[in-house]
Amino acid sequence: MASTITRVEKLVGKRIRRREDPRLITGTATYVDDIQMPGMHYAAIVRSPHAAARIRSIHTQAAAETPSVAAIYTGKDTMKVGPVPCGGSLPGLRVPHHYILATDRVYFVGHPVAVVVATDKYLARDAAEKIEIDWDVLPAVADPEKAIAAGAPPVHPEWPDNVAFNYHQEGGDVDKAFAEADVVVKQRITSQRLIPSAMETRGVVAEWRGADRQLNLYTSTQVPHLVRTLVAGMLGLEENRMRVITPEVGGGFGSKLNIYAEEALMGFVAMQIGKPVKWIESRRENFLCTIHGRGHVDYFELAAKKDGTILGIKLKLIQDLGAYHQLLTPVIPTLSVLMMPGLYRTQNIRADIVGAFTNCVPTDAYRGAGRPEATHGIERMVDILADELQIDPAEIRLKNFVHQEEFPFPTATGLMYDSGNYAAPLEKALATADYPKLRAEQAEARKQGRLMGIGICTYGEICGIGPSPATPAGGWESATVKIEPSGKVTVLTGICHHGQGEETTFAQIAADELGVDIDDILVLRGDTAIVQYGIGTFGSRGTAIGGTALYFALQELRTKVKKFGAMLLESDDVAFANGRVTCNKSGKSKSLAEIAGASYRAMKLPPNTEPGLQSTHFWEPPNFTFGFGAHLVVTDIDTDTGQVKVRRYVAVDDCGNILNPLIVDGQVHGGVAQGLGQALWEQAVYDDNGQLLSGEFMDYAMPRAHMMPWIESDHTITPSPVNPLGVKGIGEAGTIGCSPAVVNSVVDALSHLGIRHIDMPLTPEKIWKVMAGGKN
Amino acid sequence: MKINLTINGKKYSDDIEPRLLLIHYLRDVVGLTGSHVGCETSLCGACTIELDGKAVKSCSMFAVQADGARLTTIEGLAENGKLHGMQEAFWNQHGAQCGFCTPGMIMASKQILDRNANPTDAEIRHGIEGNLCRCTGYQHIVNAVRAAAAAAGK
Repeated sequence: MASTITRVEKLVGKRIRRREDPRLITGTATYVDDIQMPGMHYAAIVRSPHAAARIRSIHTQAAAETPSVAAIYTGKDTMKVGPVPCGGSLPGLRVPHHYILATDRVYFVGHPVAVVVATDKYLARDAAEKIEIDWDVLPAVADPEKAIAAGAPPVHPEWPDNVAFNYHQEGGDVDKAFAEADVVVKQRITSQRLIPSAMETRGVVAEWRGADRQLNLYTSTQVPHLVRTLVAGMLGLEENRMRVITPEVGGGFGSKLNIYAEEALMGFVAMQIGKPVKWIESRRENFLCTIHGRGHVDYFELAAKKDGTILGIKLKLIQDLGAYHQLLTPVIPTLSVLMMPGLYRTQNIRADIVGAFTNCVPTDAYRGAGRPEATHGIERMVDILADELQIDPAEIRLKNFVHQEEFPFPTATGLMYDSGNYAAPLEKALATADYPKLRAEQAEARKQGRLMGIGICTYGEICGIGPSPATPAGGWESATVKIEPSGKVTVLTGICHHGQGEETTFAQIAADELGVDIDDILVLRGDTAIVQYGIGTFGSRGTAIGGTALYFALQELRTKVKKFGAMLLESDDVAFANGRVTCNKSGKSKSLAEIAGASYRAMKLPPNTEPGLQSTHFWEPPNFTFGFGAHLVVTDIDTDTGQVKVRRYVAVDDCGNILNPLIVDGQVHGGVAQGLGQALWEQAVYDDNGQLLSGEFMDYAMPRAHMMPWIESDHTITPSPVNPLGVKGIGEAGTIGCSPAVVNSVVDALSHLGIRHIDMPLTPEKIWKVMAGGKN
Repeated sequence: MKINLTINGKKYSDDIEPRLLLIHYLRDVVGLTGSHVGCETSLCGACTIELDGKAVKSCSMFAVQADGARLTTIEGLAENGKLHGMQEAFWNQHGAQCGFCTPGMIMASKQILDRNANPTDAEIRHGIEGNLCRCTGYQHIVNAVRAAAAAAGK
């Protein structure tokens, strides 16, 4: 019997360039601000210049008389619109009512107070400046520790202690672990407030088609379906009368994983004026009003034996929440608790979180969302312990890792680590950097009075967020695959990628499973009228959950194609390749177009088979996936200026199977850049009155090209057993692995001077003061 | 005010408000939305275009200041359906992720090679220092400029 099976090279695993790029590199992509409609109006929002104040009165007369102004709305007009939603539910959580426009009081600088709508966008801004507000300025508090101290000004008068919630979690026997310890090390560690700074600010276009009771909302978001459900609810509109369209999204990093006042406000305005309205956030507004990230003050205690075995961890975590809860604000620090043991075997943990209200913009998910803070804490503490016991930082990690044969491994925080070989990336990083040689070089440098540091971070990451019971909004994902009558393939995914490349990687998966040319596949997302309900893109979940949903939808479709194969080729033992379905026995084949044609024409159908070739799968993951890795950073410190130079950056990440190495590299590089930004330069600085001092790119030091080191990116591969693709997730890994490695490196460079810890960002001024013997 | 200028080889004549920013003229009046507004303060470079052969940030000048000038925007780089070498290099090297900074980044990168056919990595990084990208960590962009230089040198 002749072998007729066509073996075709698989696309999954190939380093192929992205299919979404032609529109991006030619300037023909459509972002929200690129949308124009007949009769378009433009909104400008008036915001509070004070962090805390009562509104005595608002005068809109002069603004209303400005040419082209169509309408002005203040908080009195929008009180019936539902509050900006908080998706988190913790026991005893205090949730302030978050009106879309302030009513009688403002709680942070940038709090929206009024909106001006005009036919000319310049005149809308002119008019907004003419609105006069009579303020009764109140004392404010911008620091979370000051906020929960006695006598602090109350952010919300109804809760004078500024405590939004207390959260406690415990595993094992912590008291016993600490009682039996040879050594306990303690350290206060902060993860400063950061500003996500997607290059595209937020933006909304709302269009009300009154006769149809239809609201079309174009918004730059990571979660279009959640926006539809929640904003429709805020507006009192039936959900099926609202369509959310997410055009090209210019970066999110968690800042667009939210429901914002402006999304409902533009819907409200469009429904009032009966004309389309556009609001594009200015960069200044983006700094002031889009969520910030991090904002932790952590008090860590680590108990250990003399040989370096970690026995237990205690954490008191004070989370700067800002003035309100945005979608996930109170949930983010609980992720830190889940991740607090890192990659280590210890089964004894105790964590207490105090959620503190401050007169600042809310914090929420920013790249890594709770996991970078946790990793920074445990990885700093392990280095402090190593220093205390005079054990090498690599050795102490190897000693405490969960062993390869212990997976699946239950953690003290209630997680089940899926698979891992934690020593592998560390050993690879040490070999790549030639660790012993670096240590010898460091010793020599010290003799010469030079400051050189070697820092290691071994991190774990909760990826593939997540099983629905562990998430506020459902953690599954969806996919539909259609083979059109012509044989071309359309994929509709419920995720909402915005730079992560799933138009390419998902097409790779579909091309392999259906045996079609990748150019015959179109991947669509981000339109609630086209795509079945989905959750969205965040939490390193796109491929692990969205890709898996696609995989199962493809299997269902293959089964159906095989039924037609059985009818047309007299066998269901068929191969999918080269756009054809070929019988493995007879060698007879039909093109996918012929099979699709037969299925849609439906002259004859296989038994118990419906016409058409389409399948939809909603996939509920049984567990998270857990990526991991090791980052090694070599730094030199200028002894005169305190300037830190990253000489070498080695990243070895394990994200399970890799679908497209080119895209994975890009995710690692970008993640590292954001981690390095936190470690060395970035910080949202509020003064004591709640004024944001770092409120522009002039003052907020986001990394530029000349500031970045060359990143040597490598991988180990430990497939996840949680999904059939064996993938874990890579979106946030770079960020999580980076900042502890950099800080460990700098502290290592200074350790012989008695330095044990420095809080981020490691600015030259801070390092210089530390070198000069002053306090950090 | 009346202005006359050439954009991507085509002549335009418009009567505009003196305070209209060049980026808004390009996007809202001419309809070339490839150049983006990232900050309005000349710090991010998403609006970078070429004006009389020099890369400029079009958010920080008035349209009237471009009267009589020859402009090239991202939409004008490809010729007869063939991508410019820098566009091709950005595609091959994965120099774009979300794509928002990309048009400005490509215009700035093109200028690097216009001035220096064989830049070092440090020169490449210096050349795009005025353009912010939050996605890529710049490494694949540096690779793209290198690749474009190598391809042009062949």
